[in-house]
Amino acid sequence: MEKLLQVKDLHVSFVTYGGEVQAVRGVSFDLHKGETLAIVGESGCGKSVTANSIMKLIPSPPGKITAGKIIYNGQELVTKEEKEMRHIRGVDISMIFQDPMTALNPTLTIGEQLTEGLRQHQQISRQAANQQAMDILDLVGIPNPKERLRQYPHQFSGGMRQRIVIAMALICEPELLIADEPTTALDVTIQAQILELFEKIQKETGIAIILITHDLGVVAKIADRIAVMYAGKIIEVGDKREIFYHASHPYTKGLLLSVPRLDRPEEKLIPIDGTPPDLFSPPVGCPFTARCPQAMEVCEKVYPYQTALSDTHQVECWLQDEKARKPAVL
Amino acid sequence: MASYIIKRFLIMIMTVLVIATLTFFLMHAIPGSPFNEERGTNDVVQANLEAHYHLNEPIYIQYFIYLKSIATLDFGPSIKHPTESVNELLGRGFPISFELGMVTIIVAVLSGIVLGVLAALKHNGFIDYLAMACAVLGISIPNFVLATLLIQKMAVDWELLPPATWSSPMHMILPTMALATGPMAIIARLTRSSMLEVLTQDYIKTAKAKGLKPYKIVIKHALKNALMPVVTILGTLLAGILTGTFVIEKIFAIPGMGRYFIEAINQRDYPLIMGTTVFYSFFLVFMLFLVDIAYGVLDPRIKLHKKESD
Repeated sequence: MEKLLQVKDLHVSFVTYGGEVQAVRGVSFDLHKGETLAIVGESGCGKSVTANSIMKLIPSPPGKITAGKIIYNGQELVTKEEKEMRHIRGVDISMIFQDPMTALNPTLTIGEQLTEGLRQHQQISRQAANQQAMDILDLVGIPNPKERLRQYPHQFSGGMRQRIVIAMALICEPELLIADEPTTALDVTIQAQILELFEKIQKETGIAIILITHDLGVVAKIADRIAVMYAGKIIEVGDKREIFYHASHPYTKGLLLSVPRLDRPEEKLIPIDGTPPDLFSPPVGCPFTARCPQAMEVCEKVYPYQTALSDTHQVECWLQDEKARKPAVL
Repeated sequence: MASYIIKRFLIMIMTVLVIATLTFFLMHAIPGSPFNEERGTNDVVQANLEAHYHLNEPIYIQYFIYLKSIATLDFGPSIKHPTESVNELLGRGFPISFELGMVTIIVAVLSGIVLGVLAALKHNGFIDYLAMACAVLGISIPNFVLATLLIQKMAVDWELLPPATWSSPMHMILPTMALATGPMAIIARLTRSSMLEVLTQDYIKTAKAKGLKPYKIVIKHALKNALMPVVTILGTLLAGILTGTFVIEKIFAIPGMGRYFIEAINQRDYPLIMGTTVFYSFFLVFMLFLVDIAYGVLDPRIKLHKKESD
């Protein structure tokens, strides 16, 4: 499969009065055309920062990409000027945000907000743009698109607004959609509908999706591959089955154990004790050491190298080392 | 919309009526009469004069005569300008005051918004500090101090602009500057703070993610939302500018309505007090009405007509 996006050793920092926060500390991953990659992790692990970096929407200052490469379709994005990025945003890569209640401008009609990107990037008449807007509203499942175009965001429900936000992201037919917690602000029934919409869109347009979420239920439904982030690093990546059934990093295992399962109601949820490390001064070793039930001496001192468990499944953990696998001799 | 306008119009009439009534009783509560300064009048002449202007009638009769003249919009002759009616005086003075007021409000709003937006975009930069320093000065310096300073420097010392009167665009510059600086400063500060808030909103990020050009993001997405507080304060600023014109007209010897207003009160020229007050209050109430209409234009969430059934 062709690689659409390659992120190589990405480092992003925020310079604040308190010092430099290293939000992303060497993230690398690939994304193939038409694939859905989910980036999961708890709040503050750097998953949103990674997503915003791809679009170069990190507020700067204070944010800055300090190292690494983002290669989209052969183009290096990190070194691109703001002006060049404008021709990529919305056209090649689109992004949708968490809260549909605030992502739409309350003073402009839906039609205006849908078509403005289109008319910015393409030579297209207002009429043709409106037609395209109606088609896309139809695709995302909004009835009466013609009347709806003239309405304002406050005349739509939350789920409808998220559909509009998705329509807005899709209207220029991008190849990559970055969805930053697209269902977090919605109630559960609407969440399911929106996820089904993602599946439908992917089937019809062949778009690649990067899904940022902390909700493993969402991931199980639509992801092809999963990258688990912790303290600014991807600690385990693999396809969906590998992560759900053969998770090998203690953090991934902990995440899975802390999600309720309908098929095993008698099981207790096991939370992960402790809190993530302070990213002002991240630990030199594995950042999960302090919370890890299987922590060893080496974990604290040296960051683990990457171990490939299969072609698609990689993990960064000392437990995979030969010495750790041997049963302890007492 | 039509029912809203009719309703607002009735409220406007009521407001003006209340102001007019208060003015009437306050005006008669001030001791003295229009003829106190007249010399060589004996009691008979005085009585005749009072009878001519209905000042000998009981107060409630005078009040009804007063209400009638408001209703017919004919304020009768001025006592101190016997050759002219109040309507004629207003007709002469108002266009000039209106011109001064409008030029001032346009200058204040446009420059205030531009300064505020620039300051917000260059937040914590040089332009921001400069604009806000100017704004603090503008708010702190009273317009009559600024007016005399401007006349001294621009007209007397450097001889760049005419010092007074109102005849050409050149004459308008100094009075407008003196009058517009305060409101401009307030608008600039308000625009800046609300722009800063709007620029952090999610929909601005959405607009950026669409790849829109920066000026489009600022003007179409940010400014329209940031202007709501500015529109809110516009009503108060209009009142401020209105009263400011009295002072500024006096300093720059502008033949507007302001001098009649002050003169009339000093001389107890009852018909003229009544005419200017009713006129000013009606004008102000009408401007506030326009401000309310502007809300609905800027923000579709504010409905001016009856609630839609959801």
